[in-house]
Amino acid sequence: MNEKRVTELSVIANKVRKNALTAVYNAASGHPGGSLSIADVLTLLYFEVMNVDPKNPKMEDRDRFVLSKGHTAPALYGVLAERGFIPVEDVATFRHIDSYLQGHPDMNKVPGVEMSTGSLGQGVSVAGGMALAAKLDNKDYRVYSILGDGELEEGQVWEQAMFAAHYKLDNLTIFIDNNGLQIDGDITKVMNPTPIDEKFKAFGWNVIVTEAHDFNKLLDAVNSAKATKGKPTAIIMKSVKGKNVSFMENNPAWHGAAPKKEEYEQAISELDDIIKGLEANL
Amino acid sequence: MAKRATRESYGAALVEYGSNPNIVVLDADLSKSTKTDMFKKTYPERFINMGIAEANMMCVAAGLAASGKIAFASTFAMFAAGRAFEQVRNSIGYTHLNVKIGATHAGISVGEDGASHQCLEDIALMRSIPGMVVINPADDREAMAAVKAAIDYEGPVYMRFGRLAVDDVNGDDYKFEIGKGVQLKDGKDATIVATGLMVEMALKAADMLKAEGIDARVVNIHTIKPIDEDIIIKAAKETGAIVTAEEHYVMGGLGSAVTEVVCANAPVPVKIIGTDRFGKSGKPAELFEEYGLTPENIVKQVKAAIAMK
Repeated sequence: MNEKRVTELSVIANKVRKNALTAVYNAASGHPGGSLSIADVLTLLYFEVMNVDPKNPKMEDRDRFVLSKGHTAPALYGVLAERGFIPVEDVATFRHIDSYLQGHPDMNKVPGVEMSTGSLGQGVSVAGGMALAAKLDNKDYRVYSILGDGELEEGQVWEQAMFAAHYKLDNLTIFIDNNGLQIDGDITKVMNPTPIDEKFKAFGWNVIVTEAHDFNKLLDAVNSAKATKGKPTAIIMKSVKGKNVSFMENNPAWHGAAPKKEEYEQAISELDDIIKGLEANL
Repeated sequence: MAKRATRESYGAALVEYGSNPNIVVLDADLSKSTKTDMFKKTYPERFINMGIAEANMMCVAAGLAASGKIAFASTFAMFAAGRAFEQVRNSIGYTHLNVKIGATHAGISVGEDGASHQCLEDIALMRSIPGMVVINPADDREAMAAVKAAIDYEGPVYMRFGRLAVDDVNGDDYKFEIGKGVQLKDGKDATIVATGLMVEMALKAADMLKAEGIDARVVNIHTIKPIDEDIIIKAAKETGAIVTAEEHYVMGGLGSAVTEVVCANAPVPVKIIGTDRFGKSGKPAELFEEYGLTPENIVKQVKAAIAMK
């Protein structure tokens, strides 16, 4: 990708971050930290990689995305809003009674949400089922899923890892949001899931370790996944929880806490500054 | 027709109605026991062995259904409803995806395998999931028809099959409809509402009662959810006493479902026959005796219910 495109995507990703924070702030609950860490990969998927159509969310043979770490719904709604699946102003209704934007994604309520998730470990299995369906039908659409690194502590993830490798689901690409933090703290102290790369390799996957906040590296990883035959791909993204909001970065306290008014305003102002700086280069 | 276990009917029905290319059958290393191996032989390209991993199986089934497939997920009832409950609840129930759960080896009639494999709580668990259809067929014909109906129905269905060969209780002209109870015998003194293999025992009990001058109605509830409220209310109003019989724990199953309907609409005495503790190893007939799942106990409870009128 040329520099201009990277800058454009960076602008969108920071708007996604703003949407996510606006959602969590207005709900006075939700999960900002892990939403901010996946804003870049979601932006890449929805604006550069996936064949999807906001005007026709159920388009046949579209690529599929499943947010296995469903608690970061604010980021998913944030990107769906920027991509035109839902109105941007609706993100402020997140978690409100009568809103279609549930605390965790609901496939029957939100255009563009392919699977209801929230219970960790399940979304990635569902993504595997979608990839299997594509194989059974000889379709060439691809399936993407994002998992948290803490989510790898769920045994079901490894049932799925065996299954996807066994059935050679090379149309399945999963991203591990490796920000190193879960609710109770450092993942290696709570229940160490490392080495993540060697585990997936041992399960028979194509494994790529890369940076979560570098669009070119992420795109290279996605293209390498597409080129890999006979194996599913796990892209382990080194990420920063709370990315681009100074006081949220690398702080597990922001896993599941909403910002207060002053905090929200500061965060938005920081993101606006970043966006302004990027747009100056366009 | 010869006796046949409803798990055999399940396998046979998958073959008989399985030509629809959208049907995919999953199993968790139990295809010889659940009888999905019959489907595997006929349609190997649409049979997926998931290994011993029920949680993943349920979610993969959900993913297939979300992609337009009619996904059958098969394993023992203990692992389908028990081990994978939350996967079924969140990825199949909450989403209302088109997954059919073929749960075999339900109840104490599993016999020798003992308590760890005798699922006596699946009806209660599956009934608690909004929108889940729960079917417990009584004989071969009904089990085959249930599979056909499940294929034609859009949405999640839990089907409970047994390991033990059972006699026919329904005739050649039998018509199955999801949510419609079947009155097998009319009667005015009390109604025996039974499900699964207890239907056959209910018919025997009705014969025994007849010999004593008691005229018992027999109703087969194959669909525990959505339950046929009309047939139950009618029975309560016309016969004034009800006994339920199921090969399941007394809490949360057919007895609870019937009681909910009766209490809210036409209160009459209801006696619930089911198991009250974990199962154990033994021959099915010995276990039925020990746990009170017998025509004799049904007779006893019918008399007790009538005495409460």
